[in-house]
Amino acid sequence: MTINNVWVFAQASGGVATTGTLELLTKARSLSSKVTAFVGGDASAIAASLGEYGATKVYATGDLTGKLPGVALSAAMKSIIDSGDTPDVIMFPQNYEGRDTMARLSVKLNRTVLTNNIDIADSVDGVVATTPIFGGNILVTTAFSGQGPHLVSFRPKSFAAEPAGASSPEVVAVTVPDLGKQGGAKVVAVHTEQSSGPKLDEAAIVVSGGRGLGEAGNYALIEDLAKLLKGAPGASRAIVDAGWVPYSYQVGQTGKVVKPSVYIAAGISGATQHMVGMKGSKNIIAINKDKEAPIFGIADLGIVGDVHKVLPKLIEALKSRS
Amino acid sequence: MNIVVCVKQIPDPASPGALDATTHALKRDGKLILDESDAYGVEMALQLVATAGSGEVYVVSMAPNGETSGMRTALAMGAVKGLLVSDPALAGSDALTTAKVLAAAVNKLGGADLVITGTESSDGYTGTVPEQIAECLGLPSVTFAKKVKIEGSVLKVDRQSESGYDEVECTLPAVISVTAGVVEPRYPSFKGIMDAKKKPLDVVTATDLAVTPTGWAGAGQKIVNVTQAEARKAGQVIEDDGEAFGKIVAFLENLKLI
Repeated sequence: MTINNVWVFAQASGGVATTGTLELLTKARSLSSKVTAFVGGDASAIAASLGEYGATKVYATGDLTGKLPGVALSAAMKSIIDSGDTPDVIMFPQNYEGRDTMARLSVKLNRTVLTNNIDIADSVDGVVATTPIFGGNILVTTAFSGQGPHLVSFRPKSFAAEPAGASSPEVVAVTVPDLGKQGGAKVVAVHTEQSSGPKLDEAAIVVSGGRGLGEAGNYALIEDLAKLLKGAPGASRAIVDAGWVPYSYQVGQTGKVVKPSVYIAAGISGATQHMVGMKGSKNIIAINKDKEAPIFGIADLGIVGDVHKVLPKLIEALKSRS
Repeated sequence: MNIVVCVKQIPDPASPGALDATTHALKRDGKLILDESDAYGVEMALQLVATAGSGEVYVVSMAPNGETSGMRTALAMGAVKGLLVSDPALAGSDALTTAKVLAAAVNKLGGADLVITGTESSDGYTGTVPEQIAECLGLPSVTFAKKVKIEGSVLKVDRQSESGYDEVECTLPAVISVTAGVVEPRYPSFKGIMDAKKKPLDVVTATDLAVTPTGWAGAGQKIVNVTQAEARKAGQVIEDDGEAFGKIVAFLENLKLI
């Protein structure tokens, strides 16, 4: 098929368009000359940057007044489609808001979803999307059958964000329809976890700890090392589930995708779920007791040893240099 | 307070996954077990019903091959009844069809005050089924719940967010997806395991629930290519002799990072 009309589910954080949004817009404009950014919120602060990365039109719902995005934004999208603007493809980010909205919309439109993708193309098979499976060892390409809109979501950092040049897209206000019983969920309070240092998914160095640390108190070693290297501390799912550190620290399939210059995995065996989130790192250093641990299969430097011995010595050595 | 938990029975994650040579679908023909991420939902349901002081916990599942061993685990934990939708025609179903089938199964049980799911399965991890079920049932939903309580007819949830968490209140009936770690799932007792064998577990087909088409025929997608990704090669692996930290220092120096 020919892709003539692409929508991108756009998000802002702290008054600026998220990097993920700019990545999707960059890809969208390579697929179609008509690219629309759909903003679940107020778009006035970000419209120019959405335009700079390829949006020719912006839909904006305005403030959601505590409504959960999945129900509200899918209903708003459906009403635009019903009124005649039908996209061939809608690109979503693989995160909470994107996932919930595309899921609700898929039922409203009776269309399938393809999630966790890293690429999209217009091919002889129609619109195809590619997803990595088995820890990224295998790439599966899947074609949408039937009519659009095709709903597809992408993992962060699938595309490089590149500006196309300044432009001011048309901004169209969209009303969220009455949600009835489905709108029964409301956000009553927002809690933000404070963190210092660089953001996990933007840091040049990431130091992550796993179950091999033994106990929650030993995570301090990870934080100390990350701080010395001006990097960000991360974690495997195992210790997040165990409650040692908050979810925002999690690297992996269900957490953050990181691609730092150096990734240091300490006491992490390398479950598929974790490796998906960090194997794109330029360099990987692994420290683990078990020499059979899968993490050594992708590490540039592997230390078979006890993290409780190696990390304190490493921290001392780095401190003595500064 | 009646709660239906949607559970998935998956191949043992400890054994390596494989794709079927013809359909390219994930092979699920061996023994299936309860997806660990669904054990949290079962436990959550049992605790909420216990707190409410009345009600039952039911489990529903969908499997093309009549598998029930994972559902029996949920029954052994304390759920009282199961409904399995099993039909060879379900093989190859996409996430949307799965949600339609599970929603129909919930209705077949007479609906529920609360439907609980995991956030995504451990084998396919499409991650949209919870919200799709809610939409099929016409209910509000709260996904990624990391703390759940019910006060009267109001559900109070701490919902995980990118930067922390949101407190969300929701009217019942509703659908929630719970994160791993929301509660500590109990191990089934020996008595629980024995009792589970006698608990009712009905099996119906997708046709019985009037959900058609299903499987490959109903899927709006088709796998067209499977390739090997460029593999990352292992580098140097050394045993720590007490001085291995120096190798790390040298590695970082080499990259001009320190």
